[in-house]
Formats: sequence, C-alpha cells, structure tokens
Amino acid sequence: MEKRATFDNRVLAYLLVAPQLLITFVFFIWPASQALWTSVRREDPFGLRSEFVGFANFARLFDDPSYLASFQTTLIFSAAVTALVLGLGLLFAAMADRIIRYATGYRTLLIWPYAVAPVVAGVLWLFMLNPTVGIFAYALQGIGVTWNHQLDGNQAMLLVVLAAAWKQVAYSFLFFLAALQSIPKSLVEAAAIDGAGPVKRFGTIVFPLIAPTSFFLLVVTLVYSFFDTFPIIDAITSGGPARATEILVYRVYRDGFVALDLGSSAAQSVILMLIVSALTVVQFRYVEARVQYQ
Amino acid sequence: MTKMRLLATTAVVLLAAQTSKADAATEVVFWHAMGGELGAKVQEMVDGFNASQDVYEVRAEYKGNYTDTMTSAVAAFRANQQPHVVQVFEVGTATMMAAEGAVYPVYQLMADADLPFDPSDYLASVVGYYTTPDGEMLSMPFNSSTPVLYYNKAHFEQAGLDPDTPPATWAEMSEAIDQLQAAGIPCGITTGWQSWVQIENFSAWHDQPLGTLENGFAGLGTELTFNQTPVVDHIAMLGDWQDTKKFDYGGRRSDSAPKFYAGECTFYTNSSAAYAGVAANVDFDFGIGMLPYHDNVDGAPQNSIIGGATLWVLQGHEADAYKGVGEFFNYLSSPEVQAEWHQSTGYLPITYAAYELTKEQGFYEKNPGTETSILQMTLNEPTPNSKGLRFGSYVQIRDIINEELEAVWSGAKSAQQALDDAVSRGNELLRQFEQDNS
Repeated sequence: MEKRATFDNRVLAYLLVAPQLLITFVFFIWPASQALWTSVRREDPFGLRSEFVGFANFARLFDDPSYLASFQTTLIFSAAVTALVLGLGLLFAAMADRIIRYATGYRTLLIWPYAVAPVVAGVLWLFMLNPTVGIFAYALQGIGVTWNHQLDGNQAMLLVVLAAAWKQVAYSFLFFLAALQSIPKSLVEAAAIDGAGPVKRFGTIVFPLIAPTSFFLLVVTLVYSFFDTFPIIDAITSGGPARATEILVYRVYRDGFVALDLGSSAAQSVILMLIVSALTVVQFRYVEARVQYQ
Repeated sequence: MTKMRLLATTAVVLLAAQTSKADAATEVVFWHAMGGELGAKVQEMVDGFNASQDVYEVRAEYKGNYTDTMTSAVAAFRANQQPHVVQVFEVGTATMMAAEGAVYPVYQLMADADLPFDPSDYLASVVGYYTTPDGEMLSMPFNSSTPVLYYNKAHFEQAGLDPDTPPATWAEMSEAIDQLQAAGIPCGITTGWQSWVQIENFSAWHDQPLGTLENGFAGLGTELTFNQTPVVDHIAMLGDWQDTKKFDYGGRRSDSAPKFYAGECTFYTNSSAAYAGVAANVDFDFGIGMLPYHDNVDGAPQNSIIGGATLWVLQGHEADAYKGVGEFFNYLSSPEVQAEWHQSTGYLPITYAAYELTKEQGFYEKNPGTETSILQMTLNEPTPNSKGLRFGSYVQIRDIINEELEAVWSGAKSAQQALDDAVSRGNELLRQFEQDNS
C-alpha cells in the first residue's frame, strides 16, 4: 500500500521543497550541465578559443587503450576495496559483538581510523611501505620480498587498496555492529536450542537480518571507492607506476587539472556520471529486490 | 552576543586597515609555488622590494606546487580574478605562449612602462628558453636550475677511488660503480626527474634533437624523434644496470633522494637546486660534478638545459600596477638580490652581473662544486638541439615518458620499444595541441 500525504496549500508545499531544489540545482544540475557543455567542445586552458566538436572528445577517449585500461583498474580497485571493507568490517563486528569486558575500548579503537583524513591515511601507509625508509618494506626485505611499489604495479595496487580499505573498515564495522546488536537474542537462542550450529545460525538468521545494512554498506563503499579515494591515490602513487593505479576519477583530475585538457576531462566526468547512475539503478532494482527489510 | 560584536568590530577594523593600505600603495598580486624554505626566501625578497619604495605593494601568495599554481591562475583568469604575476614551470611554457591575449609579454611590459630593460644582461642559456624566435623575452626567469651529478665522497674513499675526480663519461662511471659495488656499496646511481635529466638534458648534453623544428621552437608542427638518437642506447644501458642495481630507479620527481641521503647509492643526478636539500640531509662529504657523457657521441659534451620556473604577467589589470610589476622584476634581477638568491638556493643566477658578483664575493671558492651548474650550462654556445624545448602538452608528454621508462626499469619493455611508444603517444598529443592552438 502506498501512502500519500496531501497538502491543501500548494504554495506552502513548493516553498518547503524549494531549498532542496535550489541546492540540487546549484550543486548538481548546474555543474552537471556545464560538464555536458564542455564535453562537446575543445578549448584552450584560458578559455580564449573554443569550438564545438560534437562527440570527438568521447571518440578520442574510447580510442585510447589507456582509458579502457583505466576502467579495468577501477573495477579491480573498487571490488577489492569493497570486499575488504565489508568482509573485515563484518568480521570485526562479529568479534566485538561477543566481547563483554572492555567492549567500549575495543570499539573505540576500531572506529578510530575513520577519523583520519584520506590524504593522511595515504601518507601513513606510504611512509610504512616506502621502499627505502619504510619499516614494513624493511621487514618484507627481511623475509625475502622486494617491495618497490614505485616500480611494481601490482604492489602499488595492493598498497592503495590497503590504505583505502583500512580507513573505511571502521565505518562498516560501526554499522555492522549496530545491526548485530539489534538482532533479538531470543531468535538466535531459539535456533541454538533447536540444534543449529554457529554457521547455520549465521546463514539463516543473522545474515538475512543484517542484509539491509549490508546492502546499504555495499552502496556506500562502492561509491566511496569510486570517488572518495582520490586523495589516497594522489598521495601514494599519483596513478603510477605506468598508470597501474589510475582509477577513472583520478584520471578526470589529471587530464583536467594537471594537463588542462578540459574537453576530455569533462567528457570523462560525463561518462562517470552515467556509470554511477547505472550502478545505482542496478543496485536498487536487482540487489535490493533480494533484501528483506522486515 | 558580546563575542559576536567583538568579531564584527575586529572585522571592520581589519577591513579599514586593509583599505587604508591599498589606498597608500598600488597592489601587485604575485602567486608562487615555493613552499617551505624557498617560500620564506621569496617572502624575504618581496619584503625587500616593498621596503625599498612606497608606491607599490607586492603581495606574495603561496598556491601549492607548480601544477596547482598554474591551474589556479588559469581558473582565476577564466573567472576574471587573475593575479598580476604568476610563477609557471618550464613545461608550462608552450601553454602560456599559446595564450596570446591572456599573457602580457615582459619585453612589451617593460617598454610600455618605460623602464630600463636590456635582455643581454641575462644569461643567454636561461632566457633562450623563454624568448620568441625574434629574441623577445616573454616571461621573467626566476628560479632556473640544471641537473648536476652529486656523489658520495666517503664511498669513493671506501672503494679506493679519488674523491676529487668524479667520472666524466658513462664508461668511467661504469668502471667506478663496478669498483664501488665490489667494495660493498649496494647501488651505483639513482636519478631525480628522469625525463628531464636522462632524456631532455641527455639530448642537449650530447647535442641530439628531441624533436623536429628545433625541438618545437620553430613551430607547432614539431614531432618527437628521441627514439632515433643515442638516447635509446643510454636508456637500454640503464635498463641493464637496473638488474644489478648499478642503476636503481627511485621514483618520479625527487623521490629518489633518500637513496642518496641514506648512503645506498653513490651517485645521484638531480637539479642544482637540490644542493640545499642534499647539504641538509647527508652526514658524509659529497661532491658535485658535471653530468657524465658518452664519449662515442660526436658533439658531447655540449651544454645542459634548464628547468625551473619563470614569472608570467597576466593581462586585465591597470597600467600603473603593471609599472609596479616592471619595477618588481628589475628589483629581482638586481645583482645583489639575484646573487643572494643564487647562493642560498642553488638556482642559477639569471644575470651576468649576479654571477660576477658571486665570484667576487668568493662564494665558489668557499663552496666547492656550486659553480658546476653554471659552467655546465655555459660550456658551449647553445645549438638548436641545446636551446631547450617547446612542446605543447608537455606536462602530459612527461607523464608518458615516465610511464614508458618505468616499463623499461621493470623489464616489461625494451628501451627501443618503450621509446617508440613514448614518441608515438607523445606525437598524438602534439597534433592535438597543434589543432587546438591554430
């Protein structure tokens, strides 16, 4: 059944939504339309010359193997970050949920990394794994692993994934913990009495009940790994070595703000906008359909 | 409530103070990219200028690294909020030159403001990078440097080498490293800014072209050609050396510095302006030599080229403010100010007078090695191959070169393959730039 609130006073209704509409217009619709406009033009950095080129910017992008590779990089990066964040978050939450003594202490410590700014998180990991002076790199050398993420693309990817996930695990931990604690003890206990082991209990009772939270975290973490990880990439690898860690959003920045190629950068942000819209639709259509809220 | 009032009053007072200051002197806004020690040095120069007269007030603002500063200035220009003067790094030169109507050429500004200005006062190899083919100076050189060879004298003694003679050629370098590694030193040489040092300067130093049309000086139709010159053999050699750490890559920009500071590598090629950093970070004796060359290449050694940044003037302000800009530039170029800047930072002096003054003051005798950069820059009269380079989209092209070189160091590509790829990818960008700017 759908509920519908009705307003007798239409003016009041419009007034009430006006601030939100204004914000949407100023922070979304206007910049998005600017991006669309710029994406079909070529202009010099200073904006002295500008001409309409149709879809040339897009065509050039899809002709560029490094742009297509950037898609793949983004997929690998986002999948790895999301899996780590959700997996570790759930693991830590399940463990913290069972702890009785010093529970607050553990929780606080697990939440701490979230307070760290992304760029600081990036620099922390960079120092620990700097090939020349990093303490972890030194330890790895001791067990025979040569760590040089400035040269090895896979190591660089591993490093940015770790840094990006480390910071965000705290967030998913917090939500998972709250979800776990809201599960009625009686349900779990009843199942236990009926002879269901821990794995069975988790699969049939706990997981379905925390599914809405998991779904929410999946969306948030994917968006985080797509967009908010920019400072981490910038601080640790700047997209290198040889573009091994150049995710789409980082490329938008490089081409637009470093290389001052505004047309191409705008075209990329339009593509990114389409991807995110598609992703959101898919998630709510298909993934959410399998989630039971009550 | 009282707090609010206090805040409001403070704001009014501050505003008033600012207005009265602006009334007294014409303001000139100067955006720069010099952080830390260098930033303090820039502020010192600006304060010196402000104290020297009371007609103009230069306000220096730090805007982040070179890229940030240039991007901010471009964005500000589009929003009509541009500073009078902005510091732009050398690879941004082609972009700035193409922006006719946005930049105010220095030679023209000096003529319009009726100020004394003689281009021949400036070091030819420095200003050559920033002048039109007719010899007109477009921007004011500010911080220019050239790569030199730093080496660890303690390692030399350990390996039984003469600490006062760094290797002059790559063949000698190879022998020296073999000897050093035999004595237990893990790594031979590392480099900062690999494209700038090992390709751009390498080409100038060996009198080889980087591209057609005088490295882009003679027109937008230029094409890269460094995949057909001794650069290939050089990169192949370094690639081989990487296997045994005779050469060890340490990252783009100056990320490799710790390898030298920590005594891991004996040799380190980087900007002469890295001098202050090296001196502050090492606890061993170090020496400075000229870049090594391959003696089987005709014409080597020629002269090295510069890197660093210049000051560009942006259009759209009042004429009397531009006169202030001209006065400020003349102040910066005065021998005393330049000599002081050169001596404290390792950047090149931009005028002959500042160079002479530094010599007279006995600076080079007291600080051995600091003259190397100038001697190397001025070793020979620049040829079309060693004047510098002027390629559009060069920020991106350098990234491409970095990527391709990294592929060589990691063994993923041969030197020839990587340089061929760098050239063809770079040429695509050059064609795009030509199309956007003609």
